[in-house]
Amino acid sequence: MRRRKARSETLTFWLFVGPFVAGMLVFVYVPILWSFTLSFFEAQSTVTPSVFVGLDNYVEMLKSGPFRDSLVTFTVFAAFIVPLTVALSLGMAVLVHRLSFARAFFRSAFFIPTACSYVVASLIWKMSIFNGVRFGLANVVLGLFGVENISWLITADPPWYWVPLVTVRLWLQLGFYMILFLAGLQRIPEELYEASYVDGASPGWQTFRHITLPQLRTTTVAVVLLTLIAAYQAFDEFYNLMPSAVNLARTPLQELYLAALSQQDYGRGSAGAMILTLLIMLATLLQGRVLGFGRKD
Amino acid sequence: MAISRRNLLRGAGGVAAAAALAACGSNTGRSGSGKSLSQWYHQYGEAGTQQAAEKFAKAYKDANVTIQWIPGEYDQKLNSSLLTDDGPDVFEGHFNAQMAKSNQVVPLDDIIADVKSDFSEIDIASNTYNGKLYGIRMIDDPQLFIYRKSMLDKAGIKPPTTFDELIAAAKALTTKDVKGLFLGNDDAVDWAANQMLASTGQRFLTPDKKVGFNSDKTVAALIKVKELVDAKVTLTGAPTNWWDPSAFNQGLCAMSRQGMWAIPGIKQAIGDDFGVFPSPAFDGGTQAIYLGGWTTFVSAKSKNVEAAKKFVRWLWIDQTAYQEEWSLNYGFHIPPRKSIAAKATKLQSGQAAETLKFTQQFGWVDDPNWTEAMKTAMKDMCSNVFLKGADPRAELATAVGKVENELKTLVG
Repeated sequence: MRRRKARSETLTFWLFVGPFVAGMLVFVYVPILWSFTLSFFEAQSTVTPSVFVGLDNYVEMLKSGPFRDSLVTFTVFAAFIVPLTVALSLGMAVLVHRLSFARAFFRSAFFIPTACSYVVASLIWKMSIFNGVRFGLANVVLGLFGVENISWLITADPPWYWVPLVTVRLWLQLGFYMILFLAGLQRIPEELYEASYVDGASPGWQTFRHITLPQLRTTTVAVVLLTLIAAYQAFDEFYNLMPSAVNLARTPLQELYLAALSQQDYGRGSAGAMILTLLIMLATLLQGRVLGFGRKD
Repeated sequence: MAISRRNLLRGAGGVAAAAALAACGSNTGRSGSGKSLSQWYHQYGEAGTQQAAEKFAKAYKDANVTIQWIPGEYDQKLNSSLLTDDGPDVFEGHFNAQMAKSNQVVPLDDIIADVKSDFSEIDIASNTYNGKLYGIRMIDDPQLFIYRKSMLDKAGIKPPTTFDELIAAAKALTTKDVKGLFLGNDDAVDWAANQMLASTGQRFLTPDKKVGFNSDKTVAALIKVKELVDAKVTLTGAPTNWWDPSAFNQGLCAMSRQGMWAIPGIKQAIGDDFGVFPSPAFDGGTQAIYLGGWTTFVSAKSKNVEAAKKFVRWLWIDQTAYQEEWSLNYGFHIPPRKSIAAKATKLQSGQAAETLKFTQQFGWVDDPNWTEAMKTAMKDMCSNVFLKGADPRAELATAVGKVENELKTLVG
């Protein structure tokens, strides 16, 4: 009897998990392995190549050139966007957490942009807010102060193109990370604050610095990790906002897209994908070491 | 977590049913009797084009042709589908040598042989690799400049023939509300990457497949375009890009890069208040008109190569009435067949006739050996010089290096 039950549970397990595992295998793991193989072959206009070229594709991608430039650009981008996202979403979470009325309203209002697609948001940013002509919203507002029209997306000096790129990302993702921080905040026991007041701590910065922040450590590490990976995987808003011929801010993924799907060099494209994966893995492991991700509180 | 056998079976039945449904979903309509062909088009902007394509397909009796009308990133979707067995049998696109070299398309010499001389020579050349013709040109799309007659008249300016005149005119025509010139939302990058060289009198590649632009002329041209970009007299960041005449029609600019396809739309919007001129010449160069367009191919992976070739012969060679309709009833394009172009009354007057005249005088077409990777090298060069202020000579050297590298793998 017990054996039969065990067997039926195994069956149930596979019934539920099987389709997903099969899907993962077919659509995720097989392509990754395939791509890994392709990266060692000359695969111009084919995905069943025959000429083995060893590490040539890797050397080609890592030579000074667009792909390496994009890796540098996006390390800088990550260095800005990650702290900014953490600070702003934490700030919003603290503010919303303190509200005594309409908390649900503000929580939803801040969260709603997360549901918007990157493509749609990019088009709004590009065509109505940050278009370069006199009736673009940003230019109309600046025009009130006598500032000349700015061509936001292609001005490299000063690099105005970062303004639409960074604001659209913040608008889309802040609400989501705010929810993570809110959940973290709600888990902090009230007793900790009460005890600190008894010990003479003053509410405000002192308790935030010594109680709230340390208690939010796991959440913060998770948010840093997620935003970092997202920064390296950026594609949508860059692809949709920036004119396609312009190389001011091409993300690593865009360079891979160009190499593989426009130029049809699947070998170089795959090699680049492997390099990027390796970098993200390294960054994650390193961060785990430094910030103690996964360590018990 | 105990599940009765009956429930389990019911669940499994559900999965099986779902799988069966999914199998139905993947039926591409290729099975069954008779030959089926799938034909791909990119999404044309002009109203009525999709219906016309479907009408043509339906009129063909020897096979069941289904149309795929692809919006968005056509080239990328096409490229990835050509790797598989489920790609199109017949598709439109732009030829480059890589397609022939990696056996993605089949030669079509046999279906065009008897009428080859009726097709424009440069169109034949741009689809030929190692002496074999791989594509049948469907439409020719001259790209040129358009201008507002009233604005130029008011400023006392003639349509520019040299790049210096173009810069001067753009400066003179710029007012608080109107920019002098619209080359595209990337400013001059895409235009220059494709069209600047022809106006210097050079070509991307020489006939013996060497780099054709490693010269002081190119450096000088880059500096000139940079001067135009820095003058802040060009329109950028418009809601739609140059190939859509909206910005010009709305009066955001006085002159604009444009294609002949837009002429009917402009006429409808602003009447006859516009004229056309070719890309102006750089010092020591010549005026030029880039002759873009679309070409039809037969996929080498097609299961019915012969049937597909027969269909291409029928539609793009025999059905001259359809070809004329495709070229002239929606947007304006030049029919690649001389006999049809000669009869096209819509191209015999006004701005269209002017365009035709300039094209015959200054037209040039893509070189099949000029690949995507080389195009990217040119765009990066232009982007770096015009927008980032990089040194033109150093950027040219980088681009030449990349192109030579590509040529090595292409020519061997």
